[in-house]
Amino acid sequence: MSSGANWTISGVRAALQSKKISAHELAAEFYARIDKRNAELNAYLTLSPERAYGQADRVDAAIACGDTLPALAGVPIAVKDVISTRGVRTTCGSKILENYVPPYDATAVERLERAGVVILGKTNCDEFAMGGSNENSAYGPVHNPHALDRVPGGSSGGSAAVVAAGLAVASLGTDTGGSIRQPASLCGVSGLMPTYGRVSRYGLIAFASSLDKIGPFATNVSDVTSLLSVIAGHDENDSTSAAVPVPNYLEEIEKPIGGLRIGVPEDYFGEGLDLEVKEKVEAGIALLERAGCRRIPLKMPHTDYAVAAYYIIATAEASSNLARYDGVRYGLRVPGATLTEMYRQTREKGFGPEVKRRIMLGTYALSSGYYDAYYLRAQSVRTLVARDFADAFQKVDVIVTPTSPEPAFKIGEKSADPLKMYLADIYTVTGSLAGVPGISIPCGKTRAGLPVGMQVFGPHFREERVLQLARGFEKAGGFGD
Amino acid sequence: MKISREEVLRVAELAHLGLTPEEAETYRGQLDSILGYIDKLTELDIANVEPMAQALQAGTSGEKHPELREDVLRPCDVAEPVLAAAPGAKSPFFRVPKVIER
Repeated sequence: MSSGANWTISGVRAALQSKKISAHELAAEFYARIDKRNAELNAYLTLSPERAYGQADRVDAAIACGDTLPALAGVPIAVKDVISTRGVRTTCGSKILENYVPPYDATAVERLERAGVVILGKTNCDEFAMGGSNENSAYGPVHNPHALDRVPGGSSGGSAAVVAAGLAVASLGTDTGGSIRQPASLCGVSGLMPTYGRVSRYGLIAFASSLDKIGPFATNVSDVTSLLSVIAGHDENDSTSAAVPVPNYLEEIEKPIGGLRIGVPEDYFGEGLDLEVKEKVEAGIALLERAGCRRIPLKMPHTDYAVAAYYIIATAEASSNLARYDGVRYGLRVPGATLTEMYRQTREKGFGPEVKRRIMLGTYALSSGYYDAYYLRAQSVRTLVARDFADAFQKVDVIVTPTSPEPAFKIGEKSADPLKMYLADIYTVTGSLAGVPGISIPCGKTRAGLPVGMQVFGPHFREERVLQLARGFEKAGGFGD
Repeated sequence: MKISREEVLRVAELAHLGLTPEEAETYRGQLDSILGYIDKLTELDIANVEPMAQALQAGTSGEKHPELREDVLRPCDVAEPVLAAAPGAKSPFFRVPKVIER
């Protein structure tokens, strides 16, 4: 599946410190891999070699001087194309931002670069992060590295695929309703959605502001943790980022998992769950029990309502956030005789079908006469879903579920039926609405060789507990490659 | 039927989206089926449930309110790079088609 050895963050550090390879040579090795594989995967939209080699050379200079290296020195990573990068084109997978070059960096990008990462380029995604298959990108679908005729998941499909294919050591994605966890599951890598407010959203191009989060992908839990350690924490440029202290995650995750209470909600194992996925996740839970965890059955009665509430709240917020694309200040402008005509032409030509569908659904839900029936009701149901989690965390330390009801599906299989596509988000949108952290980690493969993901939720701002369980699963043998 | 063709066209107008007649019909059908599914929210009794207006409400997690920063002036010299990205701009202005008719 991947070309050559897969690098990890600790592997990069050891190789740089022992001078087996320079940061510049490492970046060049990754660009050579990208050159070989990207045409068939379509995972990178834009490469940023100038920026990458500039950073790699700074790392090499620091090594030559014998300086102490920052935590992620020389680590080649990729960034989802909804996250702003100064001087590097940022399209959001949309025609409306085809030539948009941000004048500033997102806080997460700035912090990672300060920690030494080398940004190779920007990854393909569903347009404005709206989708679960990457088929909604204006620049064509991403192909799953495990099976090229299948989707990588979405919306952060490119960020998951480049890590799975060894075209980056780690990457940044964004998760609004499952957009990190589901592609991580379908591509067989680890992907973390942090607590809402744990990571600054400054520079993240908004889809649904009460749900959007930035988070990391990597091939193993320690590398996910290393990225989180750098990007977590309060940022005065994002008033919703929380002033909650950041623990020493790398230390916390090595604590033994024996005695942890794992909640298994029956609502996530019912109708619609693929039998092979169920089998694998059950085997994963059994492994955790053998490692000393206590399995506690749970009921989370509002699970079945989460998709409906999510698609009202997310589209309502999107319809408001995307009003800014009107051809006036940046992005595409299609001329019109009047101002209104210009707005309309620009948005008609610039947005793809899924984005238009969601803008219309959100506009409808917020429009006079429907606000109470849809938006306000959905917000009340969101409270009920959040209470399910709060109640569960009175009894258990973490919640373990499947990430996606099925493994990677074929490109084109669901694209004609938007509702069918939305229903595939059933196990991820719950945690998104509640604002809790969640990770997807590899949990074996189906007989056809498609990866299965196991999802772990924890209480607000307890990423270390989620990661500790995930790391414990790895140490117990896991079911990854 | 949850949503009519007229409502689809009205919503598109509110959202400044141009639609062809075929698109209007496709979206009507799709929105109809999505709204039909969303109707399941009416099964729940929400009479005494407070709507969740923020992702982290006081009491759901015990976190402190994010610190608000001091209201101090800071340099923000970005007019030129911002205008450079604007279609048809003429510094120091954005430009749009004429709005006032006479």
